[in-house]
Amino acid sequence: MTERERAGPLEGERSVGGREPGPLDRPTDPEAGLPEAGSDLAPPEPTRAPPEEVRPPRGASGLALALSAVLPGSGHMVSGSVARGAWLLLGWGALLGAAWLGRDVLRQPTALDEWVATITLAASLVLVWGVAMRDLLRARAAAAVTAELDDRVGDSQWAIAGRHFRRNGLAMAGLVVIVILYLVALLAPLLAPFDPIAQGDIVHDSYLAPHGEHLLGTDQFARDMLSRIIYGARISLSIGFVAVAIAIILGSLLGAVAGYLGGRLDSFLMRFTDMVMAFPRLVLLIMIIALFDPSIALIIAVLGLTQWPGTARLVRGEVLSLREHEYIQAARALGFGRSRIILRHLIPNVLAPVIVAATLGIGNTIVLEAGLSFLGLGVQPPTPSWGTLVADGRQNLIGAWWVATFPGLAIVLTVLAFNLVGDGLRDAMDPRLRS
Amino acid sequence: MIHVPWQEPEQLPPAKGDSDLGGRRLEEVEPGHALVDVRGLKKYFPIRGGFLSRVTDHLLAVDGVTFWIGKGETLGLVGESGSGKSTTGRAILRLIEPTAGLVRFDGVDVTAMDRDALQGLRRRAQIIFQDPFASLNPRMTVGDSIREVLKVHRLARGDVADRRVRELLKLVGLLPAHANRYPHEFSGGQRQRIGIARALSVEPDFIVCDEPVSALDVSVQAQVVNLLEELQERLGLAYLFIAHDLSVIEHVSDRVAVMYLGRIVELADAGDLVAEPKHPYTRALLSAVPIPEPGRKRKRIVLPGDVPSPVDPPPGCPFHPRCPHPLKDEECARVVPPLAEKAPGHFAACIKEPALARFQPGAEEC
Amino acid sequence: MSLLEVRDLRTWFHTEEGVARAVDGVSFEVDRGQVLGVVGESGSGKSVTALSVMRLVQEPGRVEEGSRLTFDGRDLLGLTERQMRDVRGNDIAMIFQEPMTSLNPVYPVGDQISESIRIHRGLSRREARSRAVELLRLVGIPLPDRRVDDYPHQLSGGMRQRVMIAMALANEPDLLIADEPTTALDVTIQAQILELLFEIRDRLGMGIILITHDLGVVAEVCDRVVVMYAGQVVEQGSVDTIFARPSHPYTQGLLAAVPRADKRGGRLAVIPGVVPPPTRWPGGCRFRPRCPYAWDLCHQQPGLLAAGPRQLSRCWLVEHPKRRLQVERSGGGFQSRVAGEGGAV
Repeated sequence: MTERERAGPLEGERSVGGREPGPLDRPTDPEAGLPEAGSDLAPPEPTRAPPEEVRPPRGASGLALALSAVLPGSGHMVSGSVARGAWLLLGWGALLGAAWLGRDVLRQPTALDEWVATITLAASLVLVWGVAMRDLLRARAAAAVTAELDDRVGDSQWAIAGRHFRRNGLAMAGLVVIVILYLVALLAPLLAPFDPIAQGDIVHDSYLAPHGEHLLGTDQFARDMLSRIIYGARISLSIGFVAVAIAIILGSLLGAVAGYLGGRLDSFLMRFTDMVMAFPRLVLLIMIIALFDPSIALIIAVLGLTQWPGTARLVRGEVLSLREHEYIQAARALGFGRSRIILRHLIPNVLAPVIVAATLGIGNTIVLEAGLSFLGLGVQPPTPSWGTLVADGRQNLIGAWWVATFPGLAIVLTVLAFNLVGDGLRDAMDPRLRS
Repeated sequence: MIHVPWQEPEQLPPAKGDSDLGGRRLEEVEPGHALVDVRGLKKYFPIRGGFLSRVTDHLLAVDGVTFWIGKGETLGLVGESGSGKSTTGRAILRLIEPTAGLVRFDGVDVTAMDRDALQGLRRRAQIIFQDPFASLNPRMTVGDSIREVLKVHRLARGDVADRRVRELLKLVGLLPAHANRYPHEFSGGQRQRIGIARALSVEPDFIVCDEPVSALDVSVQAQVVNLLEELQERLGLAYLFIAHDLSVIEHVSDRVAVMYLGRIVELADAGDLVAEPKHPYTRALLSAVPIPEPGRKRKRIVLPGDVPSPVDPPPGCPFHPRCPHPLKDEECARVVPPLAEKAPGHFAACIKEPALARFQPGAEEC
Repeated sequence: MSLLEVRDLRTWFHTEEGVARAVDGVSFEVDRGQVLGVVGESGSGKSVTALSVMRLVQEPGRVEEGSRLTFDGRDLLGLTERQMRDVRGNDIAMIFQEPMTSLNPVYPVGDQISESIRIHRGLSRREARSRAVELLRLVGIPLPDRRVDDYPHQLSGGMRQRVMIAMALANEPDLLIADEPTTALDVTIQAQILELLFEIRDRLGMGIILITHDLGVVAEVCDRVVVMYAGQVVEQGSVDTIFARPSHPYTQGLLAAVPRADKRGGRLAVIPGVVPPPTRWPGGCRFRPRCPYAWDLCHQQPGLLAAGPRQLSRCWLVEHPKRRLQVERSGGGFQSRVAGEGGAV
């Protein structure tokens, strides 16, 4: 890089002391020190300096495009972006593998979950294909335009957070695990080799140790553990996801209202929040579930409705501090309405900590659900959830260790993955932790 | 907050002091055609405490402030932290609801405006903030920030809006291509320019500049000050220029008001204020400003103590506990001094300064 | 012999974005009873210089090989961390810009002052306390025997800065480094603090390094000045010469850009552009991209050249005065403001 380039737009032939017309394009007193057009252009600041590690391939050729159209990822491989190409190929292969496994179901989906699986598979395939093609087309467009330094589109805070997140290996691993888990849950009818609920030959096949046909063994009623864990993932993950979604939406709404409007309403809402928080959650859960028939919907509702206070307090705190930020004041001075300020200026800026809290919350909720199910208060047999599976295995832990161990491992792995992603997101989105 | 309509200030007890209280009071002056006319503006912030957040006390941030600003004029508002200068600026625009007093913008009472009228005011009166890092939404590009204003006020959309954004950026000395970048990619001075561009996007007549250069380095500060002056000449803007730095204020202002504990203690033409300050606080303030000229040894007036709390301001003249005036006596602790004319167009709130007479040299030769 | 001698100090930060040469070959000295002003805009490296002298630079920053810091005949960079701790607070003390955050909010100010006395002098609790009261009196805090038990939040900003100064003075250091001690304070309070620093110097005869961006403060308080730009000293000399005959264009620009309450009117002179980030200093003269006098020669880095008696300037103009005349005659340079004519509109 030459010195000239390094100094960037600062370069000194701009007028000094007002020898050139100022920004207002009118003749001026030559001795008055005018601000020069673009005079205080800092050279690119370090925040945008780090190059992206995962680059789309440079100058994708027609060949690469054609290859990608047939086999997503192969185009990346030939244009030099090997890692990304490998990931895409792997994803494509895994999805096709799932299709092969569940070919019977795919041919004639009947039950609702079979339809869901079919649609998910199709959508995932399209997604992988689309991502691959988009990468190549973008790279091509970028190569076509001569990169003009100043016409560059800036990096948004999200883009920067994304870059930092991608650099965090553990968090990325967690994300991959989560994506796989959700795919497994959604594609369960395609992937599970056996029916998870129907009992097998109890006399011969109960408590079979892991072997070729039953990879993770069977339980007391001769049901395939792998299938039960795969179906269990659906219950556990969806309880975690939906319950947290309820908690986040409710909490964000109450927190934002309390924080932005303030006054009596704020006091009232926060005292109510304190009250909910002060109540021992497990006792409340046990009480409600003991009073009503335990069903999955009830469990989701109870978990969601007891979890919002944390989010509410978080959001309220953020809003309180943001409300005093000058850009919110500026928005008011510019005559923006209240709803515009809340929707366009407040919410996007409180989103980051909420997303982090949500991610960590899902992990917690999965553990909580497992605990409830283990105590027999959650999901009822024969529906498999990871908690009930562990509870089942407890009865014969020594004779058939696999029954409790594999669902237990699934819980650990899932919660770990969510926590890693949550921590990664927090580090990536908090400018103070980025350095 | 309940809005108390404007009332004539109560009659003050006649002061028996070393000088007469004569001279017109600022409140009695009828400005010819002021763009902004502020009369007896007050803002008390309630202090809440206890179980049900009852109001236990009030913080007297602005305690009866009167001034006016003509078209194309710059009024400097200078004071130390806690003097209420920022609150004054925001109360004028109703970003903070004033407790009492009257603000007229182009003859229309701002304090009585409804939502629609206020929206109209926002097209004519704008504000620039101190912290260029905090006054832009970090998640929006510069172009989007400006475009949003154009959209809300239905000034332009589509291609017209894009063109206008480019124009505005050029106007404040940035490149049109900067529209696609995010605030964090700019230096402090550049961000302040973006803030100015956004304020200008509604084509206002009046801008409150709330410490616009305090956070900037000297060389960049000069760039922004020059830009503001140039925009004023070109667009005929009126400024309320708020700062704690007397040097900057003196440089940009036509007239200057000095605030102390929520009141204006002196108001005069910038030149007169520097040449012949009438209020002992102004004198101390002027003498405390360090001047980059080492040979010149001046007699520095060092005020004792700190600014008292605005929750519990001293009775009488708010400045009397720190006042170095040779004639200070118990009268000062009793009488609230009116902002009276001490020389033509030169108002000061000190009962020990003779009205409409030349200033006696002695304490200060600045 | 000087009290503190800094020779070719280089403090570099090894970051992901590259090496930030925050301080890059800085040399100066301070004598007893002298106030040295270090001036520069943010990013010029003045604060890092101070931290380097205290050896308080944190990772990824490093004082590079070849730098020399000699204090009272001792090589500071050769000391162990334990020995250095003894020097800090005892021989060299430092006060910071933010009086709000440099005091620990959970202890009374008296405890914080006496802590340092007890560590360095081994005084008893009671002796240390009475010394703390004495110090508070020295820095002009009213009712010091009562204030000694106050917590930081009970004091105003100015009072807190006085407490900070009292802490710094606790062990009668030979050198006091004040990093923007008045920047966060109001003008009238700033005047009080500057007066106090003066008084202390006269009374205790210590050397003071005053770091500031405010040229007015330098003019009023300092004996000698070091002007920093982009990690280097660009000009140094006595206060009188530097302000009367600034030689480096940056110093001239800074002086011309300051609005003056006593001189009104016209536009302010402007230094275009901003200080570049420390990872990307321009080659050659670092001020070149912003300098109105820049020409071919400036692609070579100038050394500190003698611009007058005891005045050094890192600028080729010293050797080529014709160039200066040439530019100024054509209307360039920092010829400060237009005289006369009353202000804006």
